[in-house]
Amino acid sequence: MRSDQIEVAPWGDRTINKSGSPNRIAVLIASTWQFTKRKPLGALGGVIVLGLLIMAIFASWIAPYKYDETIAGARMKAPGAQFWMGTDNLGRDVFSRVVYGASVSVTVGFGAVLLANVLAALVGVTSGYFGGAYDICVQRVVDAWQSFPFLVVILSMMAVLGPGMLNLILALGVLGAAAGSRVIRGATISVMQNTYVEAARALGAGHLRIMVRYLLPNVAATIIILATIGLGAAILAESALSFLGFGVPPPYPSWGAMLSGSGRSFMYRAPWMAIWPGAAISLAVFGFNMLGDALRDVLDPRLRGGGGRPVG
Amino acid sequence: MKRYVFRRLLVAIPSLLIASLIVFSLPRLLPGDVVQLMLEEKAYGKDLEDLRAKLGLNRPMHIQYVEWLGQVVRGDLGESLWTRRPVLEELARRLPISLELGMMALAFAVVIAVPIGVLAAIRQDTLADYAMRSMAILGLSVPGFWIATLCVLLPAIWWGWSPPIQFTAFSANPWAHFAQFLLPAFILGIASAAAIMRLTRGTLLEVLRQDYVRTAWAKGMRERVVVLKHSLKNAMIPVVTVLGIQVAQILGGTVIFESIFGLPGMGRFLFDAINQRDYPVIQGVNLLIVSVVVLMNLLVDAFYAFLDPRIRY
Repeated sequence: MRSDQIEVAPWGDRTINKSGSPNRIAVLIASTWQFTKRKPLGALGGVIVLGLLIMAIFASWIAPYKYDETIAGARMKAPGAQFWMGTDNLGRDVFSRVVYGASVSVTVGFGAVLLANVLAALVGVTSGYFGGAYDICVQRVVDAWQSFPFLVVILSMMAVLGPGMLNLILALGVLGAAAGSRVIRGATISVMQNTYVEAARALGAGHLRIMVRYLLPNVAATIIILATIGLGAAILAESALSFLGFGVPPPYPSWGAMLSGSGRSFMYRAPWMAIWPGAAISLAVFGFNMLGDALRDVLDPRLRGGGGRPVG
Repeated sequence: MKRYVFRRLLVAIPSLLIASLIVFSLPRLLPGDVVQLMLEEKAYGKDLEDLRAKLGLNRPMHIQYVEWLGQVVRGDLGESLWTRRPVLEELARRLPISLELGMMALAFAVVIAVPIGVLAAIRQDTLADYAMRSMAILGLSVPGFWIATLCVLLPAIWWGWSPPIQFTAFSANPWAHFAQFLLPAFILGIASAAAIMRLTRGTLLEVLRQDYVRTAWAKGMRERVVVLKHSLKNAMIPVVTVLGIQVAQILGGTVIFESIFGLPGMGRFLFDAINQRDYPVIQGVNLLIVSVVVLMNLLVDAFYAFLDPRIRY
């Protein structure tokens, strides 16, 4: 490790942490600045993600129209001063729909990733900690889940559950957990080699205490990285499923759904209907992937390779 | 080697069994009863119970599962509830189309990704490296169905050209048959290419720092020999592993691409079957896909020995 990297790590310095909140903010700003200097592309990803979040949260302030508002006499208007991204075949403002679409993507993405990582941590840490027959059984089930192509199994699950945002979060979360649990299990096993785990056991700490107090905090970096890269993958999967008609149902402005359905035949006359939602998906996923990549390099270089899960 | 493959097959059996249980139970949980649908849309039977009995859907779930498993082992995947045609026969017709699409996509991916990955590794931290890495992340981020949509849409608007929607059989016109796969296979391969490129770069960088590579340099070997002969082969082992995963992803992608480009393959078969709640078809396609993936992973393991002679089974 280079010397400037050691100085960067603010978490280990107790004097800074103890001395109250103003310094904490200063540390946060300093470490963000260091991160930006070391990983400019990652910082760019962070800016994109921030923009996406702002768009999602303040959609109703940013968008000039409601997502399902039909503007009289404005069918398939080309992009211009009034309609920045044009209007669709039903006379709805594409820009407003793209802005509202961000909140759909962010809701599904964060919901799915939260569920996936809680499940993955639960399965991964216990599987790695207890080992033995329990581990073998759990890993065979994970194997079976993973031998299905992602899109095929998620499509089957969505057909069972029916379209809808909550169902989408459930399906993506459960499926994402399978892959994540494998990685967390690996990290858990390597953390368990440390003598402090043995020391805790010698002092009489129970299973639960060891897992929660000693293992979980030490695999947290892995979980954060998995979550960031998983967010991009979840948004991509949501859009693919909505594109196929198994995701978020209309009139909700999911980016994937905007590219399919009844509007498809009108795209030859109004290509902007196809261009902007796709560009929004790409930019959002790009942002998460860039940020996730940089975070991984900084927090845990062992996880290199892999990357976002390609769907479709 | 033979013993190893046999042992690997034995390990695969429990996974396949669990997968078969998932395959079997998932479509049965579909809301909306196929029997109801069939009665409404096509007057198949006199009443619901009559039709259910005819389809064997009125018996307990576990008995249906065991019966189904028995049939599968004997090579009988049942027949489509809608067309009444044997699923196996239909799959035999459609699998080659999906395999052709998938193989071409994988070939595109490898041919594009490996050279770029090698180049990015030996020019680490140069402008070219940054550009290629950013392109790779972009490739992972852009949804394939969007590129496919634009590839159908924009040429049609600009030049009035659109890809053929009618499927051409190999026997009818070999060149047209081949050509219709080019565009979908290329787009399908982009995401895999990005993943493979990143991995190739990463592992090659690791191998290039090994002592034996330094020895090769010290002996005065040319860069080409050091990189391609001494390093690349060892760097390819994790890449080959990922190929197995990529096959699964590409097979999943066929669902979208066969629908957009009008190819009558397995993915489209599955998509239509899900929409029509055609249990035997959904089960058949899923089972076939899982088997292909498990087989691919077995092949990948066997291929290791070729790449790394230190691995003995």
